[in-house]
Amino acid sequence: MAAFSIFNVAGSAMAAQSQRINAVASNMANADSVAGPDGKPYQARQVVFEYAPLARQANASLATANLAGGGLATQMASRSAGLGGVRVSSVELSDAPARQEYRPDHPLADEQGYVTFSNVDPVAEMVDMIAASKSYEANVEVFNTSKSLLRKTLTLGE
Amino acid sequence: MSFHQQALGLRAERQQVLATNIANADTPGYLARDIDFSATLAKATAGNAAAGPLALNTTQAGHQAASGAGLSLGADLLYRVPTQPSLDGNTVDMDVERVNFADNSLHYEASLELLTGKIQGLRLAMQSENS
Repeated sequence: MAAFSIFNVAGSAMAAQSQRINAVASNMANADSVAGPDGKPYQARQVVFEYAPLARQANASLATANLAGGGLATQMASRSAGLGGVRVSSVELSDAPARQEYRPDHPLADEQGYVTFSNVDPVAEMVDMIAASKSYEANVEVFNTSKSLLRKTLTLGE
Repeated sequence: MSFHQQALGLRAERQQVLATNIANADTPGYLARDIDFSATLAKATAGNAAAGPLALNTTQAGHQAASGAGLSLGADLLYRVPTQPSLDGNTVDMDVERVNFADNSLHYEASLELLTGKIQGLRLAMQSENS
């Protein structure tokens, strides 16, 4: 039903934004880490968002089931086309150069005395976190507004 | 009654379009969509008189033509003209979307109130005098 898929839209956005905040948390936690288990410095994670149309999978069965009936199903499919949520298509590793510090006494220093840290930019991560949390809040508001409107619709005429 | 029904359906649909925009505010390459409410409503109410999507087929000379209103909204999804597009090709302007969302919610509630008033009026008219 069309009225309830708004929750899927807002919910998918909340899930995607929380995954973005998780990536930021992982990056911030590893901002000063020197080398992971594989011996390489930590690379910053960045989630990539992608538009995820809801209409296709929701109405695909309806459209095929009513193919002979024509009219209504195709009309519904076309009405919901262009609506959809968001999903995380991939998590990319940042290619930014790793931070190097001259610390000859450090146990993990190389021959020249440099220690390689992760390539996390804490300032950019903080900005990303704030942006993600604001987007999350906006979607929570969409969810709550739609919920109260639907609740009022259910008691229509009373 | 039918007018408010159409308006309410259209408001619900627009609400969903705006929710999609807000959800995809950070999606690279996403283009903000919207529907022209008044034009679509005018089309929907005008299309009510003509044969709707639930019209009966007439295959015999004796058949009478009948049309159902259905929900023949058929809203055209348009693209919003970006005022300040971002570098990743996203044209969602959060301020515009939030304002439109609040505006649309309020109008939805108004339509709901009007429908409630109509239903209550009808219910009052149907009640017997001495109850």
